Amino acid sequence: MDNKIDRRQFLKLTGLGGVVFASGLSGWANAAKKSGQDEFYFVQLSDTHWGFNGPKVNPDAANTLKKAVAAVNALEQAPDFVVFTGDLTHTTDDPKLRRARMAEFRDIVSALKTKEVRFMAGEHDASLDRGEAYQEFFGKLHYTFDHKGVHFIVLDNVSDPGASLGEAQLAWLKQDLKQMRRDAPIVVLTHRPLFDLYPQWDWATRDGAAAIALLMPYKNVTVFYGHIHQEHHHKTGHIAHHAAQSLIFPLPAPGSVPKRAALPWDPDQPYKGIGFRSVEADVKDAYYKIAELPVPKG
Amino acid sequence: MRQDSLRCSLGVVMVALLFANTVTQAMAADEPVIRITARKFEFSPHTLTLKKGVPVVLEVTALDRVHGFNLPDFGVRSDLVPGKVTRFRFTPDKTGEFVFFCDVFCGDGHEEMSGVLTVKD
Repeated sequence: MDNKIDRRQFLKLTGLGGVVFASGLSGWANAAKKSGQDEFYFVQLSDTHWGFNGPKVNPDAANTLKKAVAAVNALEQAPDFVVFTGDLTHTTDDPKLRRARMAEFRDIVSALKTKEVRFMAGEHDASLDRGEAYQEFFGKLHYTFDHKGVHFIVLDNVSDPGASLGEAQLAWLKQDLKQMRRDAPIVVLTHRPLFDLYPQWDWATRDGAAAIALLMPYKNVTVFYGHIHQEHHHKTGHIAHHAAQSLIFPLPAPGSVPKRAALPWDPDQPYKGIGFRSVEADVKDAYYKIAELPVPKG
Repeated sequence: MRQDSLRCSLGVVMVALLFANTVTQAMAADEPVIRITARKFEFSPHTLTLKKGVPVVLEVTALDRVHGFNLPDFGVRSDLVPGKVTRFRFTPDKTGEFVFFCDVFCGDGHEEMSGVLTVKD
């Protein structure tokens, strides 16, 4: 099936400035072939919750992450890097079990053929011990890196159990941004939404508005995050925010039902609402093309 | 001259504070007080019914560890420290069902730690 035309039309209709979306695989392979100096693509995996056990919402939880890794490895062209935007593991009160889950997660994702893999924490990884175990396995909670002219900023809004970035990190962000040109392409990676998506379900960062205010003077800022277990797109001013699907179970749309509860597994449509995404970056135009990709059922 | 003016201003502020305090205490004496406990992973009670326009005091106590109490539709939130009663005084100014929840991550089950406040006319 070739739905390339539909996809293009859809992209035009989204109207989110420098960001367009695509669904499904069609047309995606062409995007992945871009690998010039001003173009690259990366893969975002999110909310894998390794260690989760809930047969009603994902009877294949023990294999989902492995299937996702295999799916990334099977991409026609390897991405420049893979980023995990938090909740690598499912929370536990037991520090030993937490570390065991992190070790297992690390072993599984070590099968990724991609040269570079970036990690960040979710509240399930880091909120009960303020990121102590996470840092033993995956390093810093907030950091920056640069790739082909794009400045990536990883923000930590989870190691504080109250979901704040905190004054120290905001000062660090302010300092980091000082060195950037106002038109520099900047991508922020974080776990929770920085804006008040739906505070009634705790889908917010308590002081996220302060981070957005610091980013606002920069013309080309895009945020990729996780936490809400579904694709979601929003703008605060000119800054676009894109939430990724989970790799364990989907959650309902914000405020669509009284209670935030995992959507049940549909045996007729296994893996529905579960997946990952590729992000194709056109550095010159600070333009990001997003494709949502499924986890193979087999 | 300047000192006199300062003393006068301070006097006005103190009288105002004293008056405000007296008024608050007088009002509080008539207000319903609802006591809520918080522990992993539940509030008790987890359903509340209030009357629109009637001030209320919520007294929330954490029993086992630090939790949070967040009722965003009425701008009510605080950390809950075990052994300390946290009081919220507010007047529900709209009807409907409103979620309150723990917003300090407290473990596996944290996401289920919530309740519903119903406000009626």
